[in-house]
Amino acid sequence: MSDRAKIFADIRRALGVTGTEAARRRAVDERLADPPESVIPVRGQTADPVGLFRAEAERVFATVEMVATAGDVPVRIAGFLRAKNLPPRLRKGTDPYLAALPWAATPLTLDEGRSDGADQVGLAHAFAGIAETGTLALVSGPGNPTTLNFLPETHIVVLEAQKIVGDYETFWCELRAAYGAGAMPRTVNFITGPSRSADIEQTLLLGAHGPRALHILIVGTVSP
Amino acid sequence: MSAPLNSADFTANAHRALGDAHLQQALHVSRDGFIAKRTKAVARLPEFEALRDAARDIKAHTLAHLDLYLEAYEAKVRACGGTVHYAATTETANAIVLDICRRHGAKSIAKGKSMIGEEMGLNAALEAQGITPVETDLGEYVIQIRHEMPSHIIAPAVHLTKDQIAADFHRIHKGLPPERDLTEPAALLTEARKILREKFLAADIGITGANFLIAETGTSIIVTNEGNGDLSQSLPKVHIVLASIEKLVPTLEDAGTLLRVLARSATGQDMSVYTTLSTGPRRAGDPDGPEEYHVILLDNGRTKMLGSDFAEMLRCIRCGACLNHCPVYQSIGGHAYGSIYPGPMGSVLTPGLFGLDHATDLPNASTLCGACESVCPVRIPLPKLLRQWRERAFARHLGPETQRLGLAFWGFFAKRPQLYGPAVRIAMRGLALLGGRGRFRGLPFANDWTASRDFPAPQGETFQAQFAARKKT
Repeated sequence: MSDRAKIFADIRRALGVTGTEAARRRAVDERLADPPESVIPVRGQTADPVGLFRAEAERVFATVEMVATAGDVPVRIAGFLRAKNLPPRLRKGTDPYLAALPWAATPLTLDEGRSDGADQVGLAHAFAGIAETGTLALVSGPGNPTTLNFLPETHIVVLEAQKIVGDYETFWCELRAAYGAGAMPRTVNFITGPSRSADIEQTLLLGAHGPRALHILIVGTVSP
Repeated sequence: MSAPLNSADFTANAHRALGDAHLQQALHVSRDGFIAKRTKAVARLPEFEALRDAARDIKAHTLAHLDLYLEAYEAKVRACGGTVHYAATTETANAIVLDICRRHGAKSIAKGKSMIGEEMGLNAALEAQGITPVETDLGEYVIQIRHEMPSHIIAPAVHLTKDQIAADFHRIHKGLPPERDLTEPAALLTEARKILREKFLAADIGITGANFLIAETGTSIIVTNEGNGDLSQSLPKVHIVLASIEKLVPTLEDAGTLLRVLARSATGQDMSVYTTLSTGPRRAGDPDGPEEYHVILLDNGRTKMLGSDFAEMLRCIRCGACLNHCPVYQSIGGHAYGSIYPGPMGSVLTPGLFGLDHATDLPNASTLCGACESVCPVRIPLPKLLRQWRERAFARHLGPETQRLGLAFWGFFAKRPQLYGPAVRIAMRGLALLGGRGRFRGLPFANDWTASRDFPAPQGETFQAQFAARKKT
């Protein structure tokens, strides 16, 4: 008997079932097709998801700046890098939103494609933001290579204000709408602050294996 | 090959742990941190108790339909180009990993933290074949270079002080200036980051665990703070996911509910820094990500528990809250349990997975105070399950003979109230007479108790007599 057959036989013996019971199949099929309602924290049901996102992200040591229009993003990034004493150079994917920004107006050098670990700054365009926990959702693909989220020491993410949702339940719906029910991008990275470790005497240290700094530009709001 | 187990030496291990100054210092540092952080996170979320109910129900529902959800999950992984392997035992699981390594001529492996990997004794199995596994979680890396077992399921090096880790880095990281300053944790982290970065980039295969598997989409989820799991799985050509069969949940929403209680219970974060959902290998046009995606589903005793009185234990999501809140774990740390799964969850799981004969003492390593159950995010009745193991150990004559004799002696009186009352009264009066209004520094049959504190001499009437007297008035 294969290990697969043995494990299924052992599960069914333990549960006292055969696997052919119609009621059990129906329960599973229905739940997979139409997930039951979750307990959704009221925290996310706010009139100001952008404000909540910002507050929660800053709580976990991300830095956030508001940018009125997409056209301002390159200048603001150049300013951020200068203030941090970082070279005016960053790496990004082929994301069309990022590609359309007016980079030529800045002294920034742009590299494109996956990171091999030599880059100091990575730039990504977020699929969404989740206000409940100040979490970015990035999806993999040529537009935003996954390695850019983890290898560079500084990670800059552009997030459109209208892509910020209150809670995870709304996010799952957006994801299904974009990729189809039951389908997923290869990788969804939920990122909540810069990387950290507390493995040494529970001392919180930022910058473990991933980025030491996470800077988020929220585009499309004018609040300070 | 599987995880080393020396739970039979629990009593000796616990004594040694209590006298270990380094360990006691490290435990003292961690204890208050974990509890305070969880309390704060829970206070910020009014829905937390309702979420615990929901989390419990999700896991219970999934376990009751585990065969069908496994089928659905497997079909989805296949459809996305991944491969699902089943392993009834850790031997088979190791053989599957080694076979994948052989096919790719792998020499070096980057590993994210995985308790299933620990359960399999995977590092030893790889090393025996000349393959170098590198643990990339900072805590796991430290215990790997010390050749130790993890002492905590989410903070594997919590038993060590920074000075001990600094000494290890000076010893292991040759080629760096020996006079470099490693007194601060930040210096240790920076050094580990630099050294491990090279290992990530050179690894042929990446191996991670899985916090959850989603049947709806064929997705595996890992949760980390360091980003090591993500580098382990996105840089090498092959990604192998190690998971036990009970990691399954039905849908994305179900995973979301469990994520809401996981980090809060574990580290007191609302969300861990990196929660990564992986579905199959690299897609057409992807510039990075693994070319092969394998999932190994391990049973190793879980189906046996599923059909037993211990099935509720399979709801466990490995947050470690029961360890952090257990007065026994807080006093002796994880190594004394002699199992990769320490603390209350380990004392239930270890006899379930590896056999009660090897772990008779573990169910007794608890005061049954109930702190574990009160914080468990999936509401596992740990004290009840510990008691069940005690009953089995007693029924199978696995405990010491003196314990049986003592219980038989007490039981004789307890079953005869007309004898119990007078007998206790006489015994207490006798003790009161001998002790006056003072304390005993030693008592026959209670040496273990009086070795570390005095026993107060009884004063006044017995509890039952006082209770009866007050009921009358």
